[in-house]
Amino acid sequence: MTDASRMIAPVRRPSWLPTGLIRLVDTPLNATLTLLVAAVLVWAVPPLARWAVFDAAVLPATPETCRAAAGACWSFVIAKHSQILFGIYPLDERWRPALVCLGLLALLAWSVRPSAWRPRLGVIWLVMLLAIQILMGGGVLGLTPVPTAEWGGLPVTLILTVVAIGGGFPLAVLLALGRRSDLPAIRTLCTVFVEATRALPLLSILFIASIMLPLMVPEALLPDKLMRALIALLLFAAAYMAEVIRGGLQAVPKGQYEAAAALGLGYWRTQRLVVLPQAIAISIPALTNTIIVMIKNTSLVLVVGLFDLISSGKAALADPAWSSPAIETYVFISAIYFVLCFGFGRFAEAMERRNKASRP
Amino acid sequence: MSFAQTSAPADSAVELRGVHKWFGDFHALRGVDLRVAPGERIVICGPSGSGKSTLIRCINQLERHQDGEIVVNGVRAGSEPRQLNAIRREVGMVFQSFNLFPHLTVLENCVLAPVSVARQNRAEAEARAMALLERVRIPEQAHKYPGQLSGGQQQRVAIARSLCLDPKIMLFDEPTSALDPEMVKEVLETMIGLANDGMTMLVVTHEMGFARQAADRVVFMDQGQIVESAEPDAFFESPRHERTRAFLGQLMH
Ligand SMILES: Nc1ncnc2c1ncn2[C@@H]1O[C@H](COP(=O)(O)OP(=O)(O)O)[C@@H](O)[C@H]1O
Ligand SMILES: [Mg+2]
Repeated sequence: MTDASRMIAPVRRPSWLPTGLIRLVDTPLNATLTLLVAAVLVWAVPPLARWAVFDAAVLPATPETCRAAAGACWSFVIAKHSQILFGIYPLDERWRPALVCLGLLALLAWSVRPSAWRPRLGVIWLVMLLAIQILMGGGVLGLTPVPTAEWGGLPVTLILTVVAIGGGFPLAVLLALGRRSDLPAIRTLCTVFVEATRALPLLSILFIASIMLPLMVPEALLPDKLMRALIALLLFAAAYMAEVIRGGLQAVPKGQYEAAAALGLGYWRTQRLVVLPQAIAISIPALTNTIIVMIKNTSLVLVVGLFDLISSGKAALADPAWSSPAIETYVFISAIYFVLCFGFGRFAEAMERRNKASRP
Repeated sequence: MSFAQTSAPADSAVELRGVHKWFGDFHALRGVDLRVAPGERIVICGPSGSGKSTLIRCINQLERHQDGEIVVNGVRAGSEPRQLNAIRREVGMVFQSFNLFPHLTVLENCVLAPVSVARQNRAEAEARAMALLERVRIPEQAHKYPGQLSGGQQQRVAIARSLCLDPKIMLFDEPTSALDPEMVKEVLETMIGLANDGMTMLVVTHEMGFARQAADRVVFMDQGQIVESAEPDAFFESPRHERTRAFLGQLMH
């Protein structure tokens, strides 16, 4: 059979079968793939379902329930959820980090709507950061002081993520513009910063910030460990995002700058109103990638002794009363990361659609 | 330095005296003298690479000249930002490739500079922009994005966008060269309308029909110099220079 005759061979299609199903078997290749996938599903799903659902231990959330069950030990996650989510934060005060997490997630959800993008959004976020500091740290308004060394779990992960990425982004924009500046001093400064930061692994930057810095500078003069890790993450994120944005800047045609100049727009107005909106729109897929990697990178702070979500999960597993159901704990933590990263991915996708709508 | 203090006679819109421009070693403008009276329409033609774009881009200082003097509306083009702003406020420019801002709607394109640079009230700027879109006959496209418009429509938007700042002088750099033939007419008609309203215009174009109909003077450039400058009839009927004749001969074929 020739290629042409195969292409025009009519597919016999019973009218009651939806096209989507036909596609599963309409060619030998598709039929084979369909069979293969079906085989894998038949092989994998029943044992997985038995482990995760039918044989799983749920309630009552005690070690005995888990010992009696053959499947997953969700009882542990239920019993320990507060410790996994909030680490070693004082038990009686855990409503405070809980409130911080809810507030942060709510404000994030509110901020992603384009209609919220006004200058006052920046002010709202600054107020939010101040509120977080007061709620988590206490010491004012009759709140018991809790040092950052006792902060842990989800609020730490969220704070690191939001501040490193939210604060890193404007810095990244400035760095990207700086690398294209006409002023040699600014260009060199930005280039050296970006290249040096990218040349170092995040781990070593975190080590420098949390361990080497205190050896050189008296600890009293330094911000605390959490803040130092936060700054390190922020700078690291900024360097990577700057390169992505610079790529977008290069894709904006010269004619756009000339039209803006001819209309009398100066440097900053040209960048803000004409160039950056286009450059950032072009960079969205690559930026999304960088940001999702950064969300997950925040977990590296555990190596310098900060209690993010993963470290507090690990700490919870150390309870000898339980049989260390590590898989279940990590599934729970992964689910949280998945929601964060997937949520961000969807947001980026919506932004891309929005840009496409304006540039057919 | 005050802007009033200038050697240009008040009755010239643009004056170039002995202007030289180099791109590295390449001598792109070689002593250009040109005086444009207010309300005068000048068509600039010449072979590709002769420096036509460079010449008009020097007028609004998209390119900086290195020698000679350029005075626009009484303001001497120099290195001070104030001079630059004063010139760009008075001079509009339309490009061959339209250069509309693709992320903004037609109306947003038009009000961007009036609102952000000239600090006009947005509602007033929009009303003015709508009136100008009416004038270039595309008010119904105001809320579309440039990518949804034909080339001819985009170029008319670009003209309206420039006019929103009330320029005294308009520069056109081959405004119809990137257009499909059937769209050239609508853009030229818009430009003729503008000429009839008394706008001072410098137009780089090879549309000789436009030159005959709307120009007060046709300027022929070659190798960075103005070779010949004459009224359209004289220019087309009895060109004095051999190079002009050769160029016109090529255009005819
Ligand atoms: N930015 C630039 N850098 C170097 N050379 C340039 C630049 N712009 C123009 N030129 C050169 O200057 C000459 C005149 O260019 P231009 O004014 O664009 O010609 P025209 O518009 O008459 O076709 C050409 O030879 C061109 O290659
Ligand atoms: Mg040109």
